[in-house]
Amino acid sequence: MRQRKGRPRSEEALSGYLFILPTLIVFCVFIVFPVLFTLYVSFHDWPLLAGPGKERAYVGIENYRRVLADPDFRKSFINTVYYVLGSVPTGLMISLGFAVLLNTGLRGITWYRTAFFTPVVTAGVAVGLLWRWVFNTDYGLLNYAFSAITAGINYLLGAIGALIHHPLPLIQFANIPWLDSPHLAMPAVIIASIWKSVGWGMVIFLAGLQGIPEHLYEAARLDGANPWRQFWYITFPLLFPAIFFVLVMSLIASFQVFDLVYVMTGGGPLHSTDVIIFYLYQFAFERFQLGYAAAISYVLFAVIFILTLAQLRIFGRRVQYEM
Amino acid sequence: MALSKKKRNDLIKAILLHLVLIIAAAAMVIPFLWMISTSLKRPREIYVWPPTLLPHEIFWSNYLKSWSAAPFGRFYINSLFIALSVTGGQLITCTFAAYAFARLNFRGRDLIFIAFLATMMIPFQVSMIGAFQVIYWLGWADSYYALIVPGLASPFGVFLLRQFFLTLPVELEDAARIDGASRLGVIRHVIVPLSTPALATLGIFTFMGVWNDFLWPLVVLNSEQHYTVQLGLAIFRDSHSTVWNLLMAGTVSATLPILIVFFFAQRYFIRGIALTGLKG
Repeated sequence: MRQRKGRPRSEEALSGYLFILPTLIVFCVFIVFPVLFTLYVSFHDWPLLAGPGKERAYVGIENYRRVLADPDFRKSFINTVYYVLGSVPTGLMISLGFAVLLNTGLRGITWYRTAFFTPVVTAGVAVGLLWRWVFNTDYGLLNYAFSAITAGINYLLGAIGALIHHPLPLIQFANIPWLDSPHLAMPAVIIASIWKSVGWGMVIFLAGLQGIPEHLYEAARLDGANPWRQFWYITFPLLFPAIFFVLVMSLIASFQVFDLVYVMTGGGPLHSTDVIIFYLYQFAFERFQLGYAAAISYVLFAVIFILTLAQLRIFGRRVQYEM
Repeated sequence: MALSKKKRNDLIKAILLHLVLIIAAAAMVIPFLWMISTSLKRPREIYVWPPTLLPHEIFWSNYLKSWSAAPFGRFYINSLFIALSVTGGQLITCTFAAYAFARLNFRGRDLIFIAFLATMMIPFQVSMIGAFQVIYWLGWADSYYALIVPGLASPFGVFLLRQFFLTLPVELEDAARIDGASRLGVIRHVIVPLSTPALATLGIFTFMGVWNDFLWPLVVLNSEQHYTVQLGLAIFRDSHSTVWNLLMAGTVSATLPILIVFFFAQRYFIRGIALTGLKG
């Protein structure tokens, strides 16, 4: 009796479970279990194939101790922070700036948007190769642009010199060894990554900007607010949730930079672009020390987690308030 | 007089704005043009200084050469097969799961949904080593399975579709049920046709993500016959690191399919990004 009464509902529940089953299985096998298992592995000495002479053994926090004491890890961590600080704030400001410019009701906005967005859909490997060629020391487009600009300036200087009958010193330009210099390789990677990702933030900002009612600006203009004040008192606070979102997501993504570095520099020269995931990759899949690599991935996870929490703490209330 | 002055100011402002935007857009587009131009140059034209911006003569055979220097045709078929399988599979699994989360009542539903959402925040690298070990245990290393099966579930896809299904009127489904449609019938004849924009967005992003993915194929694949386009391109770089005309021909080949999809389905990309903040 009770069963019959409950039948429609149990049929519904059964359908529900059946419908989520495929997703749930894959989710447990390839996301939930691996996340927990990586943690388990990180407390072990874990060669990929266990066998004689390669035993798996519990080592406690030894892997973590090793990670934190390893100067190579520290180097890759510092490089990653350099990359994050170089690319995230600049990228954010560029995308915000161009979103605001595009939102002024200009004609041809879709053309500009397409231009900005094309690098976003292009694969990291392709972008890396493309910029490797642009940054080429001897035949690259960028050095050519610089040398052309230098030639132009020198031409002007020469003309002015002739005019005032006093030869001016000319600028010497030698091709810049972008990717072959330990000092310039990381800035080059950062430039390529900004180029690849500004369109992403821009599209999000554009969507946010279109949600800000026009009458707020009209009122501000009536009160005599200039565009700069309009930006700081209307656009910025109302767009803050989107800005916060882009900031958090870009930070998370930047800490995991890999494709660009792999293709553009391979971590060199002199380990100047060795980033964390690159370091992790080498230990896990070239030396097959999975335990140590797992510890690296959890250290990275902890860093990202703490940073995200800190941002939520600092900006979170404001985001909720504005939303 | 005052009006015409204002008009003139507006015009100057518009011209200045366009100038700034054109320079920025040029910075975005010129590297692509440089890539295409290089891919069409005769080998010795690559190594001249100052570089020529346009090829003196169009040298199509670079494409033939790069495709025979590395089996790009094979990589293409692999990538297409993997990307289409994941996209198709994911659309099906996500539709069913999202429908269950949006419309059906069952015990633990909200808890499971929240668990799905929570894992969206975990970086892929944290599960990578564990997933690699699972693939190894299953005997799927160096196989298409390793690239297809993990992609069949997507917490993000479930989330996106669930949010969309919630906006559809329940009355349509009820009407179909009264006409005798089964649950599967409702999904097939009511939900799916009404959800084309959401499904298209998810499908395009999934396809793009799989096509552009590099780290996971690099980790699980060993033999060249299984390589995806991106992996093949990266390996091609190692063996032809200075043959820039061939490298750029390979890069153009690897990028073209996505660019074509993008130009024809741009609004789905833009809408998807704007709605969900998917990282491209």
